Parts: sequence; structure tokens; C-alpha cells
Amino acid sequence: MADQSIAGVAGGMATAVEGDRSARARLVILLLCLALGVSIFLSLTSGASDASAVGVIGDWLFGSVPGDAALNARDQLIVWDIRMPRVLLGVLIGAALAVSGAVMQGLFRNPLADPGLIGVSAGSSLGAVAVIVLGATVLAPVTALLGTLALPLAAFVGGLATTLVLCQVATRRGQTSVATMLLAGIALAALAMALTGILIFMADDRQLRDLTFWQLGSLAGATWQKIGSVGPVIGLALAAMPFLARGLNALALGEATAGHLGIPVQRLKYTAIVGVSAAVGASVAVSGGIGFVGIVVPHLLRLLIGPDNRYLLPASALLGASLLLLADAVARTIVAPAELPIGIVTAIAGAPFFLWILLRKRGIVDL
Amino acid sequence: MIEARDVSVAIAGKPIVAGVDFEARPGEVAAIVGPNGSGKTTFLKALSGELSYTGSIALNGRDMSVMKAVEAATQRAVLPQATTLSFPFTVREVVKLGLVGGRSGVLPGEDARLPERALARVDLEGFAGRFYQELSGGEQQRVQLARVLCQVWAPVLDGKPRYLFLDEPVSSLDIKHQLIIMNIARDFARRGGGVIAILHDLNLTAMYADRIHVMHRGRLAAAGAPQDVLSDELIEKVFDCRLKVGVLPTGNVPFVLPQSAA
Repeated sequence: MADQSIAGVAGGMATAVEGDRSARARLVILLLCLALGVSIFLSLTSGASDASAVGVIGDWLFGSVPGDAALNARDQLIVWDIRMPRVLLGVLIGAALAVSGAVMQGLFRNPLADPGLIGVSAGSSLGAVAVIVLGATVLAPVTALLGTLALPLAAFVGGLATTLVLCQVATRRGQTSVATMLLAGIALAALAMALTGILIFMADDRQLRDLTFWQLGSLAGATWQKIGSVGPVIGLALAAMPFLARGLNALALGEATAGHLGIPVQRLKYTAIVGVSAAVGASVAVSGGIGFVGIVVPHLLRLLIGPDNRYLLPASALLGASLLLLADAVARTIVAPAELPIGIVTAIAGAPFFLWILLRKRGIVDL
Repeated sequence: MIEARDVSVAIAGKPIVAGVDFEARPGEVAAIVGPNGSGKTTFLKALSGELSYTGSIALNGRDMSVMKAVEAATQRAVLPQATTLSFPFTVREVVKLGLVGGRSGVLPGEDARLPERALARVDLEGFAGRFYQELSGGEQQRVQLARVLCQVWAPVLDGKPRYLFLDEPVSSLDIKHQLIIMNIARDFARRGGGVIAILHDLNLTAMYADRIHVMHRGRLAAAGAPQDVLSDELIEKVFDCRLKVGVLPTGNVPFVLPQSAA
């Protein structure tokens, strides 16, 4: 029982009151902060070129060493303009996907809810592909008006529409049926993918190549400009999530009981849905379909610190960011000098994990 | 005081509760009894704001329909018949959820140990670190009661009485814990709060209730003190069962009444 030994080790480190895992959770969050720091440092220092992030940061802090100016300029370009945006994007998207997964699981009261599995990402993709393919023709007025925000906004609208339909279909009188949720998610994803297929059919060769790589999911092509367009959206969505934590905790007892406890349930649900759609939409818009982060990260953390969302949400953000940087490092190096789409890496690692959850929890999940 | 006047509830167009008048006074345990499907739970759900209704319900003089969730949560706590939990919470974490929205009414410093005190009251001392899902049905029911008690720990807050709404609080409990839970309810009332409890055990009801409301086919069939309400005629009419009140079994059949508890 791997999870019990993990929990046992963590429990031995910090237990204050019996049944109270908050001290352990705080410790884990602290360790995850350190882990993220290390991941960021490693991502900045590793890459195809031998540019030294240490040197660049040293220069930045203490002034450059004379005589080395040309080399420094090249290293600075690589570290600041190529690696840094990519690392930041990885952090933002890893955090967004993991937190979105945790919030959706709280909302649907089920550990299997994940934006990628239940069609939210597919809906976002449809919105994004529509802008990519039709941006110069049918949707030209929209793209002209919104500029670089058109893509993330379209992805947001697509994700939001999918989630709202899903909520309507899967939730009856405050009870969400898991089977209905997953099946409705599959149907919605299929529909979104079919519509996406029509758009791809209409695309020209150049768009097609863009679309293929984008759909597989990748952090390649990260620029400061992309960070500028999705950073605020993801940042805002992530900043709103901690305010949902207490309500999501109460929601674990059911919608009616959460209401009895004084939680404004409808407002909570819609805030969560809008927040998740924004975070997932923005992520999909820049990096395509990166799957399984939203299900693997919160699940691992629940084994470690329990399901209290006040700790689960920040811990998910930190672990999601670290894991995505790790996956990106694998994607960049495993077939170097070429690069594997990161979505393939997360799927290869995440899909077996998902199956393992299903096997382990067959009784509880109760499909 | 909780006052319901002419309350009706329809679910999917079907009338479940029709024209019920109901009162629950502070200092009293008000029991709701009646056969299965007579609308007891539906009526309690209207009282707790979970279902929409026609008629009027006032909680301490305030119209329920204009009350926000958080305001209602400071004045009453609700124990549902059964609660399923979707994630592996520990017992302590579940009980602590009672403190999420309302006001326990204890001093700020005392809140921290309230889950332990509530667990001790429902005879679950030492269960704090166990996982909720691992407990038996009766133990889970008592954990939920401990959560509910945390929410309205002080029966009177800011000079206003507070209420416990209990839907079959003892249905899955052994006799010892039935008595413990009913004593908690009576104690809550004696200290100035009010209790509304749906019960099935008529002996337990007669022992603990100050006032009984009998529901039958969605309507109120009778209301009053136990000795006035529990009659042979009423029981035959409502429960469709020819039973006699206060008749001892003949012969050698043993019987155990909660009233005999020392």
C-alpha cells in the first residue's frame, strides 16, 4: 500500500491533533514550494544550448564580467527570452490545470472529474481552433477587436459552454451521477471534436501544421507576449480559487447540507465553473491539450494531506507547476535535438495512473 | 420560535405536503411522527429552506424565504437522514465542517477544541483520527450529529434561541445511543434552544417530546402533548394498524421500554 506508507511518513513528521492534518498539509506545501523552486532553476539551466542561467543571473545580480560581453548577450537572450517565458508558461499552465482538476472534483463531488476527461478541454479547443482557422475570414471582426485576447477568450467561452451543459445534464436535485457525468463528458467531447474536425477540414496547409502540433499540447513557442495575454487570465482565476475552498469542503457533504451550513451553493458553483473555464480555456489556448495533470496531481495530494481544499488547492498549484516543468524537461530532452509534444508525455504517464485509480477505487467510485 | 402557516410543498407537480400548520417553541422538543411517505422529511426540508413552498415559515419572527443561507445557518442546524461523503475525510475534519459557515457561539479560543467536545458528547471519544468511510452506519450518523452540534453549540445566541432539525436522528442507532442522542436533544431544549425531530419510535417520542405533530398523507392529523395525541383511534387511523396505547404484553413475552432507563 504505497499511499499508506507515504501518508505514514508524512504523518510521522507532523501530527498535532488526532485527525487534524493541517500541520502536515502546511509542511507539504512548504516542501512543494522548495520543489517548485528547484524545478524552475533546473528548467532555466537545462536546454539544447550550453547557456548558463547561473552566469546570467549572476551577471544580472552583480554586473557582467568585462570582456565577456558577446557571450553574455547570447546567454541572456537564451535564458531571458527563450527559457524564461517557457518556464513561466509551464508554471502557469501546470498550476491552472491541477487547480482546475481539484476544483472540478470538489464541484462534482467525485475524484474522477478532470477538465480533459469530461470535455471541458475539448470545448476550449473548439473555441481556439475556430479562432485559428476562421480568424482571418468569418471571425475577422472579432479578432480585430480583441487582438491577442481573441484566442484565450474563445477557448474560455468554449470551455464555459461545455461545463454549463455538463452541470445541467449530470446534476439532478443536487446529486451528481458519476456515470452520467463521464458519459455526458464523452458525448460533449465527441461533439466538440467533430466540430473541430469540420474546422480542420476547412483549414489550409499552414494552419493544419499549426493545429496538429497545438492539439498534441506543447509549451514550445512560449513568448513574453503569450504570457502577457494568458498570464492575467490564469492569475485571476487562480487568485479566486482559494475563496472557494471552504465552500467546496462543505460541498463534500452534498449540496443541501452545504446550504444548511451557510454556503451560498449556487454562487459557489457558478464562480467555480467560470474560474475553471477561464483557467482551462487560457491554458488550452496557448498550449493545446495537456491531459491528466488535473487528475493525477490532486489525487496524489489527497493521499498525502487529505481532501481539505484550503490546502489541496495551493498544494495542487505547486505540484502541478513542478510536474509540468518536469514533463517539459523530458519532452525537450528525450528525443533531442527534436522535441516531443508535452501532451504525449503527460498522457503516457497519466493514463496508466488513471487506470490505477479506477482499479483501486472500484468500490468507492461505483460506476 | 418557528412558525409555519399553511405550508404546502409540491415536487414535480405532485403535492407532498398540504396546508400544514406547525410550531416549535424554544425550550421544547417538537416531534414529527407519521407513516412512511406521509411527508415528514419533505416538510422538514421546507423548514430548512431546501425545498420551495407556499404558505409562510418564520424563524424567530423572520420570514424564511428572504433569509440568506448564512443567516439561516446561524439560527438552525440540520441533520439529514443520511450523508454520503465523496472524499476521504477524517472524523475530525467532518465534524469541523460544522464550523464552516455559522457561529458555534463559544468563545473564539474554545472553537479549536470544539470537534473533540462534540465527539465526546455523541460518545465517539477517540474517533477523531479515523476515516469517516471506515465507520459503521450508526457511528457515521453520530459523527454527523457532532458536526451539527458544532454549528449551533450554544442553544441561545445574541439572546435568540437556536434550533436543531433532526431527521430520524436515532434510526440506525442501538438503544444506548438512542438514549444518548435523545438526551442531547432534550438538554439542548432545556438550555433554551428548540428541537424539531422526525421520529419513528413512538415510545421514545412519548418519552422525550413536549409536543407531537402527527402527519398523515401530507397533512397534519393531530398536534399536541403526547398524552393528548397518542390514542388508539389516532394510531389506527394514521398508521393503519390496530394497536392499543399502554397495554402490556400478556404471557411471558419480554418487552424493553426506553422509559425504564435508569
